[in-house]
Amino acid sequence: MNSVVLRVQDLKGYYKGTFGVIYAVDGVSLTIEKGDILGLAGESGCGKSSFLKLITGTPGSLLNYEGGTIEVEGYNIYKITAKKLRKEVKCKVISYVPQSALNALNPTIQLKSFVADMLRERTGHKYSGNEARELLTNHFKMLNLDKHVLDLYPHQLSGGMKQRAIVAISTYSNPSLLLIDEPTSSLDVTSQKRMVEMLLFLYKSGTIKSMIISAHDVSMLRQICNRIAIMYAGKIVELGKTDDIINNPFHPYTKLLMVSLLPLEKWIKKEKLNSVEGKPPDLRSPPSGCRFHPRCTECMDICASQLPPLIEKEGRFVSCWLCSQEDHYVK
Amino acid sequence: MLSKEEILRVENLTKYYTLGYIFTKKVIGAENVTFDLKRGEILSIVGESGSGKSTVANMILGLIKPTSGKILLDGKDLLMFNKKDYWKSVQGVFQDPYSTFNPFYTVDKPLIDTFYLLESTSENRKFSKNEREKIIRESLKTVGIIPDEILGRYPHQLSGGQLQRLLIARSLIICPEVLLADEPTSMIDASTRLAILNELLELKEARGLSMLFITHDVGQAYYLSDRTIVMEKGKIVEIGPAEEVFFQPKCEYTKRLVASVPKLHEVWNI
Repeated sequence: MNSVVLRVQDLKGYYKGTFGVIYAVDGVSLTIEKGDILGLAGESGCGKSSFLKLITGTPGSLLNYEGGTIEVEGYNIYKITAKKLRKEVKCKVISYVPQSALNALNPTIQLKSFVADMLRERTGHKYSGNEARELLTNHFKMLNLDKHVLDLYPHQLSGGMKQRAIVAISTYSNPSLLLIDEPTSSLDVTSQKRMVEMLLFLYKSGTIKSMIISAHDVSMLRQICNRIAIMYAGKIVELGKTDDIINNPFHPYTKLLMVSLLPLEKWIKKEKLNSVEGKPPDLRSPPSGCRFHPRCTECMDICASQLPPLIEKEGRFVSCWLCSQEDHYVK
Repeated sequence: MLSKEEILRVENLTKYYTLGYIFTKKVIGAENVTFDLKRGEILSIVGESGSGKSTVANMILGLIKPTSGKILLDGKDLLMFNKKDYWKSVQGVFQDPYSTFNPFYTVDKPLIDTFYLLESTSENRKFSKNEREKIIRESLKTVGIIPDEILGRYPHQLSGGQLQRLLIARSLIICPEVLLADEPTSMIDASTRLAILNELLELKEARGLSMLFITHDVGQAYYLSDRTIVMEKGKIVEIGPAEEVFFQPKCEYTKRLVASVPKLHEVWNI
């Protein structure tokens, strides 16, 4: 059996501020085993990024952890002290690449000084910029990046190069879990392909054992992931093997999402595709029952009143009353 | 000679941007762009960022001045037009619906302002308040918006999809012959994106509107367009029916572009 790297149970995280409470992540459970690459797909505002931020243990301002457990390799993220989290867990066990990775670098120092700062924090030894460069040279070479990149300032790098440099830096200490948020959304197609190749190389060479990648472009996730989770309005609606989800989606929202992606394939022009009316819900006051029911074409009476449980069906998890059997009605 | 079928023709359109003041540097925005737009056709321009797609669109809209080249609407040069007359025939919808609206005014204002353009033309048409409201409501209905839900609201109260539809409705009040859509869906959620594209398709069928659709998303371009132009570094590298350009590309660049787009039902061999 594969060992479990990450176990998330009933995770809740809300944004709180003058605007009220936004139920961004509301009861998400999932398990990542060693060797898993999970794709987290959904529209903007469905809680993908918030979910990844919550796993890191430092979700940032306004986003508050509200309950549930996260266990990463035996560390219970919200039970251990902040110092332990910083010294032992981050970068070594979990590495997180934020969506705004392009702005994550300090614009006033060279990349090597940035790396030296990071190494000092994680190892406790002081490093000079040049020592840091020597340490990372091999790792960069392996990823087809020139070591001179480390001598440059962030503004001298192109967007795709910056993104790849950041991934290279964050995988230096061989984390067991890499969380990467929208790795390709701001890149054009050629850099996007290079990024995908790099992530796959990291996986195949054994540098990273498991990953969670969030993206709204399912066609990109298709190239990397072995499992895909579809999120809608703060909840997981469907989770299963990539092929199953793409070729035979169960949940009505997944079906809609697969059509509206418009991949470059001949079938999209055969007939006019149906779009679904309405817009994603305001998560300050999410709809009762199933959160997709106001837009769903196959809505039933029960959908508006009761939340469908996440049940296992044919090797995948789906949260929809259409797929629930009679005996699941009683929760 | 211009045939009856063509509504817009662009000939050797070139734009060089200059950088700096003393030691100037020339940057190519677009170079020798030549194409024509037929009546009732959707022509899409595809290219990576920086390939000059938007430069071409802004020149056609008359927002920036070309370095050289001609833009002919119905055989008449853009320079010969009164700008207001020209904008009655050519209208644009832009990338970011949030920045198009003034946050201090309700969304009615840009719709009502449109009538100044219609009234300021030589015909001296005047619209009464009731007429204006009727036309606004009709055009909102054509793009699938219920007028009472939208009118009198402020931009921050509406979603991106609604704002973008409002902008399409605004351009329809003018009844243009050519609509330029410059990445109209890039700021919009995946599930509402398809609805906007379907709206554009319906307009083409119902009104015979000619459209120039500019995008970096090849899937959308294929879904929408009859013909496609591929641009690279300011030049047109391939032009032809959408089917041929995307599935039997001739140019090396197009082949590379199409190959690096991830497909849903195929896995790359890496």
